[in-house]
Amino acid sequence: MSDAPVIEFRGVGVRFGPQEVLAGIDLAVPAHQTLCVIGESGCGKTVLLKLAVGLLAPTAGEVRFEGAAVHGRPDRELARMRRRVGFLFQQAALFDSLSVFDNVAFGLRAGGGLTEAEVADRVRERLAEVGLPPGAERKMPAELSGGMRKRVGLARALALDPDVMLYDEPTTGLDPLMTDAINGLILRTRARRPVTSVVVTHELRTVWTCADRVVMLSPLAGLAPGEPQILYDGPPAGLAAAADARVRRFVEGDAGDRIAGG
Amino acid sequence: MASVPLTPALVGLGDWALFSARALSGVVGRAFPARELLRVAVEVGYASTAVVAVTGLFIGMVLAVQAYGQFRTIGLETSLGAVIHMSVVRELGPVLAAVMLAGRVGAAMAAELATMRVTEQLDALACLGVDPVKYLVAPRVLACVLLLPLLTVVADLLGLAGSSLICLHVYGIDAHHYWRHTREFVKPWDVLTGLAKAVAFGAVLSLVACHRGFRGRAGAEGVGRAATGAFVVSFVAILVLDFFLAMLFNGLHDLIWPRAVPKVA
Repeated sequence: MSDAPVIEFRGVGVRFGPQEVLAGIDLAVPAHQTLCVIGESGCGKTVLLKLAVGLLAPTAGEVRFEGAAVHGRPDRELARMRRRVGFLFQQAALFDSLSVFDNVAFGLRAGGGLTEAEVADRVRERLAEVGLPPGAERKMPAELSGGMRKRVGLARALALDPDVMLYDEPTTGLDPLMTDAINGLILRTRARRPVTSVVVTHELRTVWTCADRVVMLSPLAGLAPGEPQILYDGPPAGLAAAADARVRRFVEGDAGDRIAGG
Repeated sequence: MASVPLTPALVGLGDWALFSARALSGVVGRAFPARELLRVAVEVGYASTAVVAVTGLFIGMVLAVQAYGQFRTIGLETSLGAVIHMSVVRELGPVLAAVMLAGRVGAAMAAELATMRVTEQLDALACLGVDPVKYLVAPRVLACVLLLPLLTVVADLLGLAGSSLICLHVYGIDAHHYWRHTREFVKPWDVLTGLAKAVAFGAVLSLVACHRGFRGRAGAEGVGRAATGAFVVSFVAILVLDFFLAMLFNGLHDLIWPRAVPKVA
């Protein structure tokens, strides 16, 4: 394995009409590292993830995957790259019209090369891996709780044995017990296979549990002209004593909220 | 100054053209499973038949009721069938079937795709290595292009049945002359141009509806706007396209079968 980063952002900026969301982002994610991206709502965390798989295009700079630019790739090559990346969406993004089984089987069938029996084996394996109870595979997404939807979304993302996992707010809207369960799944995924992970979250519980490294972004509106958008880039242990007071306030505020919320 | 309000419309038209080209490449490359095509085809064809049939039937009946008085005044009531049937197969059948499909299926397609966009299901498809435009739009376009001509045939037949029912059984027009005039004036060319229009309307209304769905904005309001916009734009597009196709087919007809120019003594 070379030391080259798996995902790299070089001077990336994103603007939606008049609204600038990201500016001058330089960030590299080395192989097998779990990077957590934290920050207030609207700071561009999800945009960062979508840039990594080419769902959005940067308006400035370049995003690279294994050393090659993501944008401008031919469709077939982009599809091949995306099939090596698992993406857990914030609301799981399960296909409404398909059962749990068919959701998890979707990518396997679309890729071809597997018999239906092999697809079924792989689906059951992944559903067991994420702790779905027996019989859940026949349910429709509308019949599932928030936590179960996340588990199915994770099983679908893992079905293709990805080299890279991207998690968009994996624990948002879940109770503390389910949050711990999802964090446990992120850790187990990493223990089972050599995967590079980027976790976008505003839950410090996830950061403490899963991260090798943390990056904190600031909304551009809160920055002075020319000030870098990345407020912190380092190990989780350094967050509480970060030089930037905004990082310390974020950490203390989150801890305070959790204590107040019980 | 005039270019300022035109710019978003031109950008939207260009975006629609690129979107359409991608969707049509999905049709050619058959980038979707047969099961998805079958599911959409049932919704477009089978589920729309009743509403198109009722519309066709009553349009034929209303045309007969409205035109009978004028034709009777000038003693041409036996020609009523020819005029109504010509209007139905050339214009009203394809246009009404297309408008009904735009309202019943087009708006639903836009709402479904806009919801998929809002809930990130389109992004999820892309992340699984599937092109959402080719996978979702191509079967919808194909279903509309194949089935709208069949729905037009249903509208035509029921329109003919409705007008004949009123003319022959309510107003007592002589059946022999009624049908003889119809045979003399309504030619296979008229039926074929109506069906060709239906193919074009099917493509346009499905592409407009799917484009609106894919470009839908977040939230319930965005989904509603996508559905409404899909119907309004499809409706206007169908009428505009109808005019140009009518001009085109008339021109083609004159090219193939030049009209005899009456000689002035």
